[in-house]
Amino acid sequence: MKNFNHRHLLGIEPLSKEDIIQILDTAKIFKGICKGTNKKFPALKGKLILNLFMENSTRTKSSFEIAEKRLGADTLNFSASASSLSKGESFYDTIKTLESMEPHIVVIRHSSPGSARFLADNINASVVNAGDGAHEHPTQALLDAYTIRETLGTLENLSIVIAGDIKHSRVVRSNIWLLKKMGNRITLSGPPTLIPRDIENLGVNVDFDFDRAIKDADVVMMLRIQRERMVESFFPSLQEFNMLYGLTRKRMRTLKKGAIVMHPGPINRGVEINSEVADSNRSVILEQVSNGIYVRMAVLFLLAGGRINEISN
Amino acid sequence: MKFLIKNGQVIDPSEGLNKKLDVLVEDGYIVMISESIDENEADAVYDVKGCVVAPGFVDLHAHLREPGGERAETIETATMSAMNGGFTHICAMPNTSPCMDNAAIISLVLDKAKSAGFAKVLPVGAVSKNREGKELASIGEMVEKGIVGVSDDGSPVATSDLVKKALEYCIPFGIPLMEHAEDLTLTKKAVMNEGFYSTKLGLKGMPSIAEDIIVARDIIINSYVKGWLHIQHLSTEFSLNLVRDAKSRGEKVTCEVTPHHLFLNDSYLETFNTNYIMKPPLRDERDRLALIEGIKDGTIDAIATDHAPHPNEFKNCEIDIAAFGIIGFETAIPVILDLLYHKHCVSIERIVELMSINPAKIVKIDNERIGEGKKADLTVFDPDREVTINSFYFKSKARNTPFNGLKLKGTPVLTVFGERVVECKVGD
Repeated sequence: MKNFNHRHLLGIEPLSKEDIIQILDTAKIFKGICKGTNKKFPALKGKLILNLFMENSTRTKSSFEIAEKRLGADTLNFSASASSLSKGESFYDTIKTLESMEPHIVVIRHSSPGSARFLADNINASVVNAGDGAHEHPTQALLDAYTIRETLGTLENLSIVIAGDIKHSRVVRSNIWLLKKMGNRITLSGPPTLIPRDIENLGVNVDFDFDRAIKDADVVMMLRIQRERMVESFFPSLQEFNMLYGLTRKRMRTLKKGAIVMHPGPINRGVEINSEVADSNRSVILEQVSNGIYVRMAVLFLLAGGRINEISN
Repeated sequence: MKFLIKNGQVIDPSEGLNKKLDVLVEDGYIVMISESIDENEADAVYDVKGCVVAPGFVDLHAHLREPGGERAETIETATMSAMNGGFTHICAMPNTSPCMDNAAIISLVLDKAKSAGFAKVLPVGAVSKNREGKELASIGEMVEKGIVGVSDDGSPVATSDLVKKALEYCIPFGIPLMEHAEDLTLTKKAVMNEGFYSTKLGLKGMPSIAEDIIVARDIIINSYVKGWLHIQHLSTEFSLNLVRDAKSRGEKVTCEVTPHHLFLNDSYLETFNTNYIMKPPLRDERDRLALIEGIKDGTIDAIATDHAPHPNEFKNCEIDIAAFGIIGFETAIPVILDLLYHKHCVSIERIVELMSINPAKIVKIDNERIGEGKKADLTVFDPDREVTINSFYFKSKARNTPFNGLKLKGTPVLTVFGERVVECKVGD
């Protein structure tokens, strides 16, 4: 098995199809190990991983922390509110301070697109992008892919609908890269105000008619709607959003047999997804959360120079 | 002090001059122009074989940052930088702190420029008091001191009412209202041009229509009041067409474009390099090519740098909080020659028109500046010498340029303004 040929995971865009498969296969092995009695696999023992979360996050941060701990790494959480950022320290100076702590890997969440790359350009460590503004969120796309492959048995030739706030979503961008590279058809749906200009040029379809879009879908992925988008007049009310673009029970009944429902969380019940759908057997939302741990273990392991054959026998 | 500029091709389209001539300068004046002047006539000789000797270049758009922003640039460093880049005259935009909205500050800027002793500073006064878009600034008093135009640059003139009054009020002074065209309601918190790349990168976009709406508004008002409208840093195809149409109706509308909007497009943002962040934003390839067409068909009157120095820490940061703008004096000539002369076959005469003759006309510098008895006001450049831009040599205090390290064909060689002579060096 060849080495994973990347120093950082800044996005899905720079990855090849083979890279993606390698990460997913590695994650699968970790899932097998973690389902056993000994959940630890201390491949990163003695390595320092810094979790630099400069924007709120609960699930992604927790998932990374669990992954790091299962790999036996030393971890340090550095969150924006607890740092000197509030005192006006520049991002650059924060990076230089962190570099002095000699981390092997830095996991970063930041509100600004390109911030993970800025970090990678200025620090002597591997960088994992845990979400940079509306740009990319590669581990989310990887865990989504893992979940699709595990549930449907394939990650090719599927019809995938992603719906909701496309404009402000990093999840959708990473998913487009990944699912296109693997050879799937993607349709985006949502109010035109939340579909960014020229996104069709990424090789996706856009259908403002959500009912029509989901008819032939194998996967329907709903995105979180933030209330502030309503204040900014992207749509008039949460209720109206639910009427036009919410995944309701009525809409769920029109889905193809075997089609699954996904959501990166946290979900807004009654807005983009209704309770009957989120709690139905079509929903794989909680599987996505569990798989996140194994995918993140795989990413950290591979970036640290680990090889899949070290763990498979 | 007597020096000879020897073997250059002297080009001044304003007097139909394009000839290999020697130019002898003494105490800041051209004393002799002839096909061959003996080297012994001079104390020093600049052999500029293969170079063009043109009337000094005029930059209609620059931010000198003084007063108030001296950490980024001072009038002294800006005027040195201008001459190192080949400019003898630069227009100073009024968005300083305090802003250039009254005669006293205009005098201060002119005094500083005079004592610095490099390129000549031509101040542009604010349209409105404190650039707030409410009341007209004391334009007449500033004209007395020497402003060459009015602008609320950095922001558009706030309302149609104020545009109308400013255009009307400036008619007797014969100066243009210079407009920074940006509908601010469409550009809130935005970082780059709205389009495929802003979508791909997840960066908030400024739609091209934010510019077009203000250009259209101003052209409509100007056609009504019959004033003089000058569009600053025009960047879109649609706006260019609006200006073209206004000109064809005989209305007095002029415009400038920057070297970076001609040379770069929004795909460069893929690097997330903050030196590609400016206002107006780098537009898409279609707009860029339209601007080059506008250069060729004469719609565009002038090339202006929009020199916008910033301290390093305002650029070495997250892209969505980075300061807008890049420095431009010391890269303009290489960028323009490489792109327009070498890649797009625009003639040297046309380039001299765009960077010297036309902007001079707009700010009322006499044409036919090359002649015996005239004050020495010359830009000498080598259209064929390759240079790798190296900001190490820049005289500007700032280093915010996306062109550092770029290999370009064409470079400034010598700038002469009165008794000031600068041997230009912007790269290796």
